[in-house]
Amino acid sequence: MDDAVIEEKQKLTVTVVPAQAHPLLKALHDHKELSFDYLVALIGMDWGDKLGVIYLLSSSDNPDKEIVVITATENRDNPLLYSVTDIYETAHLNEREAYALLGIRFINNPDMRRFLLSDNWKGFPLRKDYDGSPGLNPITVVNKEITDIAPRIMEDANGNLVESTTKIFEDDDYIINIGPQHPSTHGVMHFRTALNGEVVKKIDVKSGYIHRGIEKLCESLTYPQILHFTDRLDYLSANINRHALCLCVEKAAGIEVPPRAEYIRVIMDELNRISSHLLAFAAHCNDLGATTAFIYGMREREHILDIFDKTCGGRLIINQDVIGGVMFDIYNDFRKDVKAFIPYMRDKLKEYDDFFSHNPIVLRRMIGVGNLSLADAVSYGVTGPAGRGSGWSCDVRKYKPYSLYNQIEFKEVIRTEGDSYARYMNRLEEIEISLQIIEQLIDNIPEGKILATVKPVLRLPEGQYFQSVETGKGEFGVFIESKGDKYPYRLKFRSPSLSAVSVMPLICKDELLSDFIGIGGSMDYVIPDIDR
Amino acid sequence: MNYKQPLELNGLLLQLDLFLRGNLPPFWASLIEGLLILIAVLAAYAVIALILIYAERKVTAFFQARLGPNRVGKYGSIQSIADMIKILIKEIIHINRVDRFLFYAAPFFVICASVMAFGAIPFGQGLQAVDFNIGIVYVLAVSSLGIIGVLLAGWSSNNKYSMIGAMRSGAQFISYELSAAFALMTIVVMTGTMQLSEIVENQRYAWNIFNGHIPAIVAFVIYLISGHAETNRGPFDLPEAEGELTAGYHTEYSGMQFGFYYLAEYLNMFIIAAVATTVFLGGWMPIQIKGMDTFNQIMWYIPSYVWFIVKTAILVFVSLWVRWSFPRLRIDLLLNLEWKYLLPINLVNILIMVLTVLAGWTLTDLFPNLFGNG
Repeated sequence: MDDAVIEEKQKLTVTVVPAQAHPLLKALHDHKELSFDYLVALIGMDWGDKLGVIYLLSSSDNPDKEIVVITATENRDNPLLYSVTDIYETAHLNEREAYALLGIRFINNPDMRRFLLSDNWKGFPLRKDYDGSPGLNPITVVNKEITDIAPRIMEDANGNLVESTTKIFEDDDYIINIGPQHPSTHGVMHFRTALNGEVVKKIDVKSGYIHRGIEKLCESLTYPQILHFTDRLDYLSANINRHALCLCVEKAAGIEVPPRAEYIRVIMDELNRISSHLLAFAAHCNDLGATTAFIYGMREREHILDIFDKTCGGRLIINQDVIGGVMFDIYNDFRKDVKAFIPYMRDKLKEYDDFFSHNPIVLRRMIGVGNLSLADAVSYGVTGPAGRGSGWSCDVRKYKPYSLYNQIEFKEVIRTEGDSYARYMNRLEEIEISLQIIEQLIDNIPEGKILATVKPVLRLPEGQYFQSVETGKGEFGVFIESKGDKYPYRLKFRSPSLSAVSVMPLICKDELLSDFIGIGGSMDYVIPDIDR
Repeated sequence: MNYKQPLELNGLLLQLDLFLRGNLPPFWASLIEGLLILIAVLAAYAVIALILIYAERKVTAFFQARLGPNRVGKYGSIQSIADMIKILIKEIIHINRVDRFLFYAAPFFVICASVMAFGAIPFGQGLQAVDFNIGIVYVLAVSSLGIIGVLLAGWSSNNKYSMIGAMRSGAQFISYELSAAFALMTIVVMTGTMQLSEIVENQRYAWNIFNGHIPAIVAFVIYLISGHAETNRGPFDLPEAEGELTAGYHTEYSGMQFGFYYLAEYLNMFIIAAVATTVFLGGWMPIQIKGMDTFNQIMWYIPSYVWFIVKTAILVFVSLWVRWSFPRLRIDLLLNLEWKYLLPINLVNILIMVLTVLAGWTLTDLFPNLFGNG
């Protein structure tokens, strides 16, 4: 490829013209020695003169190897790029999102409806020339009909582009709405489900009911102002998300974080992870109809929330990390409380095991249900306990260690069965691993400052920055493109939940309706993380 | 042997009967007695439901490391009454595009079936509204009418969740009805009667569950499982699986119509426990040991209805325990359990019981001096 521009920036970056993007990605994907088969993020961009996409690729065998591919088109009226859905399944929803927010259409994507926004939304919010006046998109009190006809643009054998439509459901399908208001969707998610008796035939994912346009809002706020938005994405991993943004900004601005702050951050992250996994366990059990196990999970989580409460006043959203350190120092009895919590939690993990994990009904309802193969997990970008349940070693803490994780001994929990039970057991085991991590740190918290000196107005040098962390759900990433301003030019969050939801139609197909709910619990997605 | 029974109600009832018949023509006396019994049954129905709801909430709370209701009255004791008043004055929301007649009729099928079965239960000595000679068949027959209400609710609601819930319910109820009936028939083989009062009387010295030992215990366990399944309560609560079908067949109901389903659910739990008590655990009969008159007399000081309530309460507790320990079954697992395991076991079990009875291996036959009636 002669006209490709290859640069060594933060990561190896290749810029190509649209027509070459698909062959290049295909070649990278199929490379024998180092196959870039994991699309970490697909970021739609508006550079003013051009509209384009940044593909951040990685390899499932070596998740620390990364490459960035950029492609862009100058046609702003009808921007067309080639879809990579046939290479990376996770691209499907991401391309639909890019269409809704930037108006870029993708050739050969089989279903080019808008994701997150409604079909008749006027304008493309993430474009720099977007007109945001409320009159254009008034709030309506009229029911919006959901159309089952998806537009698409396909390339035929001769290379001509053909606009066509496709039907999502057959005319005589028995469709029930799981959501947007439903006890088991863990938020405002809408699965339109075609049933054949009780067997799931097809699922259409519809999201965006609580889309807040956070990425758009970020473009007009300074970096410290943006921090609080991260808490409101995956609220169960609030502190870990925030850590990601802090890390990204600190790395870009060259800020050194005091060691004490690092320790506090990691301990809080791990506590946060335990609480996230506990809630996932609880909600999963509740989805299977075990209300008592649900309450048990909540009971233990309460102890962590109390520790958060005493540290910084917040329980769910704790506003602990700030750029350059942490906002609040630990309180006097913090060590004592955490040390008391560790044996208590171990005891309760055993209780979960005795009470629930080996119950015959539980085993029947989890083992062999919702099978996700390793290849699909990689293609859909399903990371976290769910991805590791399919045998994919993808722990960001191991492969791209941030903060203190390269100094800590811990085991990556991997199971290869790929079913609901593997995902479920992974979470419970990761709680134990998190306890071990906390044990290593809790006695060694160094004295000193908790906050580095940071300039009140923070300007990041021009460039593209990406930082990912391991949240309770999987790999959460922050991408910042800066033009040297105090605001980011573009900020994108890589959502682990979006991948988890995008794989639901695949793993729930031909399962019973009850199992669809149970599989949803085992994937453990949080909707605000998708509806950014 | 006649024991003193100071707290029994049957003397009082006899006097009332004599008083009415002495002062009124036979027709009017019967009519008034009928009305009194009706009021008594309905009152008992409502009161037991209230107590059960309170008990379930408290027991569940303790299982789940919570406190349960504790604001209305001491220990939240009148919470159920407050809830009852609330549900009585709640608006009934009229749903568009439902089959009106069937929609409004459906709850009555459920509640009527439940009340009819309730009337046949012997609560104590002489405390039984209907005592047919085919009592067990009657209980089975009327309690299975309730499913019509559930199916109608699902069909007439014009709601897909309701429809799936009702279909699940239909499959489940018909399946488990078989097992429950066979389990009871196993005991009928042994007792030789279907009249509930006689069944209780026969268990004076040996409860049926002991008298029939192995086959009776198997039948008891099967009856508890299938009875539990018939009441649509966890882990068999698929028809209303709140995580999947929001509320299943009663999704569209509100106010007292929903209240009927709710009441019937609790009372069915009670009825299942009560029938199990009557058929397997000696009903209202106090524990008695042949030849130990003093002991027997002490046992008789405790009135029969207390015996009945205590035994039933233990079974209800077991039901709650199961409900709050297990996750929900899936429809295929549910049907497998019935058709592949319970039903074949049951059929073999009946044969074993027949052989046991023919061979004279029941306890009353083996040790007539200890357990024989008479």
